[in-house]
Amino acid sequence: MINVIWLLLLVTGIVYAGVQGRMDLVTLSAISGAEGAVILSLKLIGVMCLWLGIMKIAELAGILRVIGRLLSPVICFLFPSVPKNHPAMGAIIMTLSANMLGMGNAVTPLGIKAMQALQQLNTKKDTATDAMCTLLALCTAGFTLIPATIIAIRSAAGSVNPTETVGATLLVSFMATVSVIIADRICRILYHVRLRR
Amino acid sequence: MFTEFCEQLSVWAIPTILLIVPVIGYVRHVNVYEAFVDGASEGFYTAIRIMPFLVAMMVAINIFRASGALAVCVEYVKPMLTLIGVPPDVVPLAMMRPLSGTGSLGLVTELLNTHGPDSLVGRIASTILGSTDTTFYILTVYFGAVGISKPRYSVGVGLLGDMIGFLGSIYICQILFK
Repeated sequence: MINVIWLLLLVTGIVYAGVQGRMDLVTLSAISGAEGAVILSLKLIGVMCLWLGIMKIAELAGILRVIGRLLSPVICFLFPSVPKNHPAMGAIIMTLSANMLGMGNAVTPLGIKAMQALQQLNTKKDTATDAMCTLLALCTAGFTLIPATIIAIRSAAGSVNPTETVGATLLVSFMATVSVIIADRICRILYHVRLRR
Repeated sequence: MFTEFCEQLSVWAIPTILLIVPVIGYVRHVNVYEAFVDGASEGFYTAIRIMPFLVAMMVAINIFRASGALAVCVEYVKPMLTLIGVPPDVVPLAMMRPLSGTGSLGLVTELLNTHGPDSLVGRIASTILGSTDTTFYILTVYFGAVGISKPRYSVGVGLLGDMIGFLGSIYICQILFK
């Protein structure tokens, strides 16, 4: 699926630019996109080092294991393939809580840490496991308790009541999260049924 | 009051963690400085490993946007979405949201400034931005960091989440703010 989407983005973009006679835009945007990606990953190095460092302390101090044990019923339900007391559990919880608290650029390093822990359990290293798909689904559904960015841009735009949409946001992202969990389950079952045939 | 609480909470969250984790670590006899450096040393390689995935994704998305193909797609889906009650002004946001975080933040800021943050469109746009996420960025970075190139069904599930966030925001806002 990702192959098709990637190809579609490229082909429609280039063909349309060709039809409009603006091929120069394609070259320009391809180069600026590639450079932008490098700048973005270089910027990530800093926050990545910071949070992976903190996570290492949390791991050695046993904080991750304690958090993992506290919330293990929830995690066991969502991620049945992750063994109890595996470090991935604590990492998953840290990712989801950072996501909920709207901690912005702290979420990415924590999410990557969780993915790395899940990769240890993976037998086919280039293919996502069930647990990885579930974690990704939860992160993309974007369940946030405090949408700090939105409150900030609303009050910057001169809103009388910048937090007025927080309730609606909570309700909608809760709905999206639940549907994503259900869809993930259905896809997982279908995938395994097809695999067995 | 509530605005202030939210602002304070987001100001305090990160410093609190930066304080508590090393202190607990020290109490539990972890060599905190060494542990931090040890963990941080992985940061560089992880970021570098993501780079090729990000380049692939951002080049394709950039071409798609800059060529005007995105704008044409928006025009195509607009009549269909208007039929099911979507305000035409938020349609570009629906297309942009899974592709680019900064792009959609820009679109929402623009909508808030032209329609006013307290208009229905402004409220819908704010709710959409809060209840969805940049699916392709998350997919690229999270899977890229561990070298996963076959994401299976997760692309579809992620996009479904975005769609529900989008349509849900429109309906809930129309009920709540009318």
